[in-house]
Amino acid sequence: MTTHTIAFFDRVESALHDDSLQTALGRATTRFIGNRASAVAAVNDFEALRDRARAIRAGALARLDELLARLADMIERRGGHVCWAEDGAAARQYIIDLTQQRGVHTIVKSKSMASEEIHLNEALEHAGLDVIETDLGEYIIQLAGETPSHIIAPAIHKTREQVRDLFVEHLGMTPTDDIPTMTRTARTALRQRFLQADMGISGVNFGVANEGAIVIVENEGNARLTTTAPRIHVAIMGIERICENLDDLGVLLQVLARSATGQRLSVYTSVISGPRRPHEPDGPDEFHLVLLDNRRSDIIGGGYAEALMCIRCGACLNACPVYQSIGGHAYGGVYSGPIGAILTPLLQPELPDVHKLPHASSLCGACEWACPVKIAIPDLLLRLRADAVKNGKYEPYEPLAMFGWRQAMTNPALYGMGGKLASLGTRMLGRDGRVGWLPPPLDQWTKQRDFPAFAPKTFTELWEERKRAGS
Amino acid sequence: MRSRSLRLKQKGHVMTAQPRRRVALFVSCIVDQIYPAVGLATAELLERQGVEVTVPRGLTCCGQMAFNAGFRDDAYAVAGRTIEVLRHQGDVVLPSGSCGAMIRHLYHELFHGTRHAAAAKELAARTYELTEYLVDVLGVSDVGARFSGTIAFHDACHGMRYMGLGRQARVLLEHVAGATIVPLPGSDECCGFGGLFAVKQHQISEAMLHRKLAHIDQCGCDVLVTGDTSCMTQIAGGLSRAKSRVRACHIAEVLANRVER
Repeated sequence: MTTHTIAFFDRVESALHDDSLQTALGRATTRFIGNRASAVAAVNDFEALRDRARAIRAGALARLDELLARLADMIERRGGHVCWAEDGAAARQYIIDLTQQRGVHTIVKSKSMASEEIHLNEALEHAGLDVIETDLGEYIIQLAGETPSHIIAPAIHKTREQVRDLFVEHLGMTPTDDIPTMTRTARTALRQRFLQADMGISGVNFGVANEGAIVIVENEGNARLTTTAPRIHVAIMGIERICENLDDLGVLLQVLARSATGQRLSVYTSVISGPRRPHEPDGPDEFHLVLLDNRRSDIIGGGYAEALMCIRCGACLNACPVYQSIGGHAYGGVYSGPIGAILTPLLQPELPDVHKLPHASSLCGACEWACPVKIAIPDLLLRLRADAVKNGKYEPYEPLAMFGWRQAMTNPALYGMGGKLASLGTRMLGRDGRVGWLPPPLDQWTKQRDFPAFAPKTFTELWEERKRAGS
Repeated sequence: MRSRSLRLKQKGHVMTAQPRRRVALFVSCIVDQIYPAVGLATAELLERQGVEVTVPRGLTCCGQMAFNAGFRDDAYAVAGRTIEVLRHQGDVVLPSGSCGAMIRHLYHELFHGTRHAAAAKELAARTYELTEYLVDVLGVSDVGARFSGTIAFHDACHGMRYMGLGRQARVLLEHVAGATIVPLPGSDECCGFGGLFAVKQHQISEAMLHRKLAHIDQCGCDVLVTGDTSCMTQIAGGLSRAKSRVRACHIAEVLANRVER
């Protein structure tokens, strides 16, 4: 039941009326925002840290080819394999080929937005493979047959009661609302899978070029098992997720954990630089790094390059009043929230109606203020809106409305006349200066709000009168 | 740095040791057409500080509506004209953080690499929002206002995030004689206006408005004050539909004693 299409405007209404969703979102985003605020306040100068993180991201993007080559070289020298995947299809094919060559039947996965982006699970299942998500949130939504609704908390839209029902149905749990019992049930079911699996697939939080290593942060320990227990480990990394050295990594990890969950550091930070070496007792026999481009190299030179600075912390989702209202699924893409409204049109421009997504914002700027690398999200949304218009994508009434507006605003006589008409109209429709109904398309305003009547005399007229009266 | 003049306070008026200040008042299209009283209150507040207020002929709109909708050619035509009208007009003051942010923050994007680029930059450097001008430029904190009742302040997003506003309004409100300022929970959360967003995405806009109204109800204020007539339109529209006793006002109206309890 993967969502490949955007139907943003159909989903909004149902999201707003979904009581469970509203409860879950309210609880979770409030908790995330609170935790982030205390974690940020505990840092001496978080602003300076954000500036450093931004500079690090910008620097890495400017030398992306060089850093990626260094990372790939070192991994290959340690016996790892690197796949340069131009798009999702290439990445999927590489992994499916690998499963066939190595006789893989069961796969455990730890959380990876890049794998969601290329709809990997669907492809693997189609190829007859048994795939299990091991991050608790991902596991829950896999049982529910859904997609993640948040970058770092995929099951944020589920209440504890809904999770209970899923576990009762799929895992035979005795009904209980006790969270430790529920997590124990999941853990028991998953532990078996880790031991059986032939292949573990993980995401990557950061590549570190000088170390030839990838870094994965998590809180549950499932990623550590995914990357060590099965005989093959495949890591999927968006090519932009790289930094040069461990100093840079330190800064990025600090802002990531604080912005994402309000932690000083995630519980587990794994640094992986290749397969098990001969003298090491544990670890996979094979290590494969899939470097996923999927249009990123097209974005890098243009006006949206800044979007690639994103470190996938999810802070902009939590801070966004639109996300708080409708949750992630309504966005209809893999990435949701403010950054999703930018990434989805850039990464999947072929989706129908995707140009409408950047309009899912009041441009309040809360996202930009929460962003650990200060991505100017509203400015990018505005650019996407402008590009859509340039490509002829707009509401049917808009060109005429804009033409009329432009004529009125550049011609004082027309402006005065238009104002007089609006004043007459709104005063006729209204009572005591409040208008309870406006004709379409402005009736969208008056459904739940009154509109003010235009004034009988404009400020300009009153000012002229005052000047004439010589006050 | 912006210079500050030496001030001598006398009965709420200011005499300066420097030549009289002169500002061009740009009230915005919404104030001009819908809330002229806000424009008059703004002029009065500035004049009471000894500032000479002029209103350049032919001013209409900053162009934000079309810019936000993605119609940059139309925004360019309107905003380019506004730049021309405001040329050589000295400091520009607006009773709006949103229009102010458009000029200070977004004109750069709109006019980047065009023939207006230099003029846009020059205009941005002499553009101020009203409370910013009063507090940061003139150094005023008490404008001699009175109001008996409780006031809550809503931070309008653009002004707060792109012009650094909020502190100035609170300083001015704290000096309103007789008024009690109560904190508005989530005062920095968007009211859901967002220009055409309020119409195109009206269900989300309404959900955001209802959270704002709940917070207003919770704080028990008589008057909800904000620095932007756009937020004021959204919030007042919700308050009046809900038949609330609370009124939404622009800060200039409170400061110029134009709000009766």
